[in-house]
Amino acid sequence: MQEFEFEIVMGLEIHSELATKSKIFCGCTTEFGGEQNTHVCPVCLGLPGVLPVLNRQVVEYAMTAGLALNCTIAEFSKFDRKNYFYPDLPKAYQTSQYDLPIAEKGWVDITTSQGTKRIGITRVHMEEDAGKLVHGGGTLAGAGYSLADYNRTAVPLIEIVSEPDIRSVEEAIAYMEHVKAILEYTGVSDCKMEQGSLRCDANISLRPWGQKEFGVRSELKNMNSFKTLQKALEYEIERQAEILRDGGVVVQETRMWDDAKGVTISLRSKEEAHDYRYFPEPDLVPIIISREWVDRVRAALPELPEARHERLVAAYGLPSYDAGIITDSKAMADYFDAACRHYGIEPSPIADDDGYRQADQQGKDRAKQISNYMMGELTRLVKEDGKGFEDCPISPENLVGLLQLLEAGTISSKIAKTVFETMYATGKEAKVIVEEKGLVQISDEGAIAKIVAEIVDKNPNVVADYKAGKEKAVGFFVGQIMKATKGKANPGVVNQLLKAELDRR
Amino acid sequence: MSLTKAEVEHVAMLARLALTDDEVAMYTTQLNAILDYAQRLEALDTSAVAPTAHVFPLHNVFRDDVVRPSMEQAKIVANAPEEEDGFFRVPRIV
Ligand SMILES: [Zn+2]
Repeated sequence: MQEFEFEIVMGLEIHSELATKSKIFCGCTTEFGGEQNTHVCPVCLGLPGVLPVLNRQVVEYAMTAGLALNCTIAEFSKFDRKNYFYPDLPKAYQTSQYDLPIAEKGWVDITTSQGTKRIGITRVHMEEDAGKLVHGGGTLAGAGYSLADYNRTAVPLIEIVSEPDIRSVEEAIAYMEHVKAILEYTGVSDCKMEQGSLRCDANISLRPWGQKEFGVRSELKNMNSFKTLQKALEYEIERQAEILRDGGVVVQETRMWDDAKGVTISLRSKEEAHDYRYFPEPDLVPIIISREWVDRVRAALPELPEARHERLVAAYGLPSYDAGIITDSKAMADYFDAACRHYGIEPSPIADDDGYRQADQQGKDRAKQISNYMMGELTRLVKEDGKGFEDCPISPENLVGLLQLLEAGTISSKIAKTVFETMYATGKEAKVIVEEKGLVQISDEGAIAKIVAEIVDKNPNVVADYKAGKEKAVGFFVGQIMKATKGKANPGVVNQLLKAELDRR
Repeated sequence: MSLTKAEVEHVAMLARLALTDDEVAMYTTQLNAILDYAQRLEALDTSAVAPTAHVFPLHNVFRDDVVRPSMEQAKIVANAPEEEDGFFRVPRIV
């Protein structure tokens, strides 16, 4: 980014819906969708006289996320009301945390093409989600109205606020991906971006290189996919750069990405947007978190993406790049580990100097096979279907079944590709498909020798080419033999017999 | 501490209250009287008193994460000023 005339300064606010069954202050379900206004009750609608009661699991999840993001958990924490009028907010205030959030002062290490960098986490706080507005009625500008569905209202959220440490769009995406992986690993959120479970706002400003003070920032709202995040940030950076190049002044304001038009648009003036008149929530009592409680949640933390990445490299000898791709998604990492287990890849009982239990060379080779299939064909097919590894039609066990047939020489790698496609389409085991379709590799030398001789007999002119030193002739024969055996001939045996046959002529 | 007319107008705008000039003048006087009264607290030495987050001596009141039935849609929208197909019909904002 050094060639860009301004230094980019960004901070991200990530909102993540928590994986609780019920809402934050009432027993309504958090299930996505549902007929409009059927997951609603007087508490989440904020009718007079109701009393909200905090869902304990929300506190547990927020602590888990806080600890996984290397934050300090507050001993004393409370809720506040953030007041503003918007039709997706039935109470006319959002119950959130203002000055005493549950977790503060953490960090994550991200990896980009520039290397590893630490991004500070300012705070993690608990709050409730808003409802959803559907635009209805007259399509003419000004003539329309909106329809409010409050099913999503009061679904628990955590907001993760980063320090203004992000200096490029690439860093912003890497940060978001890393936080997403951490939330998935800890099971705090399902992170389904297409359902709005994970979305982010960005504070963006530019300043001349070397200037200490931050420039005027704009706040970009509600980006809910990596593609949107990238496009919106790129657009907004260029918009501000153009203003500054012309000697203008960036206005501090809230803007929203309009995906259809490919632009950011101004939402509210700053004067109104940030005058939230926070005050302590009188209906909810404070939260006091003991050291023992923190220790208990910390002890229950699962292996996090970074640790898993290191383990895959150390134990299975995977290249760091491959391990990075696999561990970026919890579903993919779980798939890999399950496949290794099914393949019987046994890490050594004795740990190495770094504390890792390494697999032997055969185990490492098998692990690499698994990783190759996952990163290549399997990722391609899953992506084409818009699925994740968690709904992959080929189970880890079945993938291993295929690799074992290959390893034993029962099928050729060419046949393996066909079997793989059929497995994906039908969910059947490799062994069953091979038997049903009669795809077992022919390794019987007598049978292959007969076919080789026939084909060589039929093509005297190609034999002449071969004798004249044309190496391409070999390829022709191999192709013909494979065609005759429907790809089932063992390529090693074919090559050996063909060479002998040609040399005899 | 004295509240200006402009501040009263700003607060009224945030609360979506349309006040006449007379009302702004009246509320400025009244709000200032309330603030003056509250200001008497500043005479106390509170340097050794922790800020109060809540008036009750309670903390950690939780419920278990258990789903309970919601209210039926017809009842939920019964009090809506305008309703359409189970939705609350509201003025369009953006
Ligand atoms: Zn409810």
